[in-house]
Formats: sequence, C-alpha cells, structure tokens
Amino acid sequence: MKLLTLNFLTCAIKSCKTSPASFPLHPRDAELEIVEADVNLAFLQNILPRLMWAELRTIASELGLPTLPEDIPEREALVEGRGEGEGEGEGGEQIPSQTAKDLHRVLLETCIQEGKLVCGNCGHEYAVKEGVANFLLPGHLV
Amino acid sequence: MPDYLIRLVQMHESFRKAEIQALAEVAGVEIKVVEYHEDSPYCTVRLPSESAATAIMTRTILAHGIHELWGRGQNYEELHHSVKNDSSSLWSRYHLTPFRFTLDSFRGARTPAEQRTIIESFSYLDFQGPIRMKDPEVSFRVFEHYDDKATAPKRLYLGRFVASSGRHAMTAYDLKKRHYISTTSMDAELALVTANIALAAPGKLFYDPFMGTGGFPIASAHFGAVVCGSDIDGRSIRGTGGSSRKGQVGKRDVAGNFKQYGTEGSYLGAFVSDLTNTPLRVPAPSSEGHGRRGAYLDGIICDPPYGIREGLKVLGSREELGDVERATHRDRHKEPSYIPPKRPYSFIAMLDDILAFAASALVANGRLSMWMPTANDEDIELFIPTNPYLEIVSVCVQPFNKWSRRLLTYRRLGDEEVDKEQVEIARKEYEKGVKADDLNIFRRKYFEGFKEYERLRQEALISEETAIRKEKVKRPGISEIEK
Repeated sequence: MKLLTLNFLTCAIKSCKTSPASFPLHPRDAELEIVEADVNLAFLQNILPRLMWAELRTIASELGLPTLPEDIPEREALVEGRGEGEGEGEGGEQIPSQTAKDLHRVLLETCIQEGKLVCGNCGHEYAVKEGVANFLLPGHLV
Repeated sequence: MPDYLIRLVQMHESFRKAEIQALAEVAGVEIKVVEYHEDSPYCTVRLPSESAATAIMTRTILAHGIHELWGRGQNYEELHHSVKNDSSSLWSRYHLTPFRFTLDSFRGARTPAEQRTIIESFSYLDFQGPIRMKDPEVSFRVFEHYDDKATAPKRLYLGRFVASSGRHAMTAYDLKKRHYISTTSMDAELALVTANIALAAPGKLFYDPFMGTGGFPIASAHFGAVVCGSDIDGRSIRGTGGSSRKGQVGKRDVAGNFKQYGTEGSYLGAFVSDLTNTPLRVPAPSSEGHGRRGAYLDGIICDPPYGIREGLKVLGSREELGDVERATHRDRHKEPSYIPPKRPYSFIAMLDDILAFAASALVANGRLSMWMPTANDEDIELFIPTNPYLEIVSVCVQPFNKWSRRLLTYRRLGDEEVDKEQVEIARKEYEKGVKADDLNIFRRKYFEGFKEYERLRQEALISEETAIRKEKVKRPGISEIEK
C-alpha cells in the first residue's frame, strides 16, 4: 500500500477514533518498496489541502525517510512553470517542481509491503502482508 | 449555443441521460437537454461549443457519437426545410472538403437504391469535394427513427460528425479478458458508466468499500482518478482465493489487474476491513466552525453485498460473547490461523452505514454511487435511503426478470446547504434481528421466489384472459366471417 493511504487510516476500534493518539498509525518493522510511477500533478494539487501534514511528517521520520519540511508546501510551490506551449500562452503543460517530485516520492511511490501498523492509543497491531493491511478486529474488540 | 445530436445506444436506457449530464459536469460545461426519450437513441442537446461536445463525448460509454445538428423534421420535406432554414450558413465551409454522406436507420432499413435517392436529395448542399468513404475530413449522416414495424420513419435528423464516444473502453476492460475476476464482478460497461456518473476524473480520489476484485476502482482509474479500496474478504484482494476463470493457474490479484491496464500508478492499495468498523478516518460531518472538516474523498462507488451470492456479514458474533470466549479471542488473535468472527447484518442498516460514511468522508460536491437490488413488486420509486448531508442526483434502473438493480447517486452537500433540522430528525433505529432472513427483505423475497410478483402476474393474466373471453362472447361470428 502506498504511503498516502496512512494519511486516511486510524485505529478500527470505535472507542479509539475519538482519541487523537489513534492517528496516525505507527508503522513498525516495516519493509518498504519504491514503485516508480509518473508524477500526477493534478492529484497532488487536489490532495495537498487534505493532507494531515504534521502526522505525515511523523510517519516519514518513523520510517527513516528524508525529513519533510516543517510547513505544508503552498499549492503554487508544486509547479515550476509551463512547458513549451503549442501556440497561445496557457497552452503548455504544467511542469512539476522538485517539491512536487519529493512529495510524489513519499506519498505515491513509497509502499509498505510487510510489517505492522500500531495504534498509539490502544496499542493494537494491524498486520501488513503482501502490501495489504488487515483491519479486521478480533472477537473481543468488536 | 448550437444544438448537437447524440447517437445513444438503445440499452441501459435510464443510465444514458445521467451519464451525459455527469460528464458535462466533469467537463465544466453547461448542457441543456432539448429532446430526450427513453425509447429513442437520438437525443438533442444544447452545448456552448464543439470542444465542449468533444470533451463530453470522448468519455461517454452509452453512446456512439455526437453530431452537429443541421436539421430535423417529421418527414423529409420538413427535414429539407429545416436544413435550408437553420444551417445554410454552414454549407459553404465544406464546399470542397473531402466528405462522406451516410444513413443511420434505427428500427428500419433502406435498400442501397433508396439510400442513394435519400442522399442525393441533399444535393442542394452543393458539396463539390471528393467523396471519401475512408478517413473523410468531414462526415455527414441522415438519421431515421422508425416506430416498431413502421414503414416510414417518424423522426429525421441531419448531422455533421463531431466526435465518437469512449465506448471502445468497454472492449478493453471486458471481463472476459481481465486476468482476475470473481463471480460477482460488475460487467465492464456498467462499471465504467458508474465511474462516469460518480464523476471520476484526473486529480480525484475514489474509494470502494466492497471492492472484491477491484472492478469499480479499475474503471475509475481508467478515467484518471487515484483509487483505493477495501473488502472484508482479504482473499479477494490478495488473490489467494483463486479466480472464477476455469483452468486458471498462478496467482492473480487486484494489483495485477491494474498492471494489466497500465494504471498501477493510480492504485493506492487496498486493505481488509469491514465498513461497520472502518479504519478510515471518519471526520464529523458538520464543521461546527472548526474550519475544514477533514473530508478527503471525491467519490465512493460500491456494489454492496446483497446477501444472496455473497454473504452480508460484518465483524461481531451472533450472540454476546461469554468471558471464556472473550479470553480465547484475546489469547489467540495473533495466531496466523485466527479468523475473526462475523455475524449477519441488516441490508438496510448497511445502506445507512454507507450513507453515513459518505457524509463524513466526501468533500462538498463529492459523489456516492451505490448499487442496490429491488424486487419488482415493490414500487420502483420507493425506498431510497436518505441522509441529511446527501442529495440524490440520479436513480438508474437495470431491470431483470423478477428483480431490478438500481444505481443510486448522491451528491455531498456543501456545509451551508445542509438542513440542520433534518440532521436532528435523522436519528433512527436500525432493524434488529439475528437471522440473515429477518435482516434482509430483499434476500427473503429472492429465496421465496418473488411470490408476490408471481401472484400479481397470474392475476393480470387471468383478468386479461377473461377480458378476451368476454370480447369473444360480445362479438360472435367474427371468426366465421374471416374464414
């Protein structure tokens, strides 16, 4: 699963949802894999304002990834300029900036293949196998 | 604004208009449907420009193409009159262009000689360019719409071809050629239509909580959305449960399907979870002045389990667990062979849960497109689940023999549009029960063989027969005269 997914996932236990400590889930013994993909600038621009930035930084540092800037980048910072336009001024495609490429690397190319995701509130561990996390709760926790 | 003629397909009728209107919204184009009938494959619309028409049509699944409308009428006299009146200013543009002129008859047929006569009756257009049946620069077409078994057409149109549809995607995504599918995979055509109606588009994030082998996320990714999904059955995602393909060997999984279509970059991944205990963030649906709500999804598409071909189960146990059992679960749940207990669940409650989740996770104007079954003896407009934060946009019906399934599409209202009183009223009790049949009205009817429907049909047949008999009694001797 790509790392961006962790920005939407919390503990599945209902009583944990209200606790701030249940988000983000903390990766443990994680095996990472980089799966290269084309930079999707439109998506980065759309998803940027929805990111929980502080939590994303926490996860990145826990995984030992390069430190993300303290403040969330501005939407404009994702674009470097326009490519060779065919004809009129607005014609060219937007070129992603280094900021966009870095963000793309972390969110959409870094995948967790194996490991555990741990709730900071109750300590429950969710296993990740073959890139698929299992959030089914055992009988005594439903 | 000029008029355009859309050549629709004559199937999945109730989905066609919803798809076109959704695609106009995706393209950010104002559309006015001038003429549309369920029994006609010809629909005329008003659009601001030819590029708007192209933008809509290239993604449409339930159409063949769009044409600039040059004239219309009930018969050829009217059509010629209309062409001369409305489009004479356009003729000279194509005076010397290589062109093609063809005829499209719906529910009718013309002999080649008749076709030639019809086409030649348009000679006043004065096209002097060479005729090119292959790769012409401009293509004209006369459309004839016949009533069933009629000898003469009832509606006629002349159009200049603008753009063909995105219907070819149906072939590319055909289930027969997909590496990994299951018994309940949605056919490619309707999965793509669903993604269109839910406004899947580049830059957007889509989620399917009952993904199975990933049919809807795959369709949404085709239109450029970034997608993720979940399912209570991890085997369907990881692919260890096998596939319904006969003789298939080797591991197939959802990720493999994305690779097959070259959209693996748009696939965030999947996780095993149950919607009633979702691990996804569930932000409060109303912002209460906290600024942003924390919503993150642009679209949710799903075909929830109906409880017939696949069980409708959620996490939990049928009976309250005793202390010993709880202790066993606590001690054993980390073992690899541990399987969490599941219990049957109410279909209605499930629908309400989906709506509640959509109300939380969807951004303003985000869409939820959800399939649900109905027995045909229920009023078709009856029972559309509601949520105060969601507004129904379209209801499309796919009828089968004794049941139908409907695609319900909702729009997440902006916070300022939500009726606060409705939010208060909306607290309701879910059905309570333990056995699957008590929980699911549709499932019960299905296995009772739709008795009510059969009874109504029988009654209708009997009353028809008696009516015919009475008719015969009233008019004796007719058959003798005919003889």
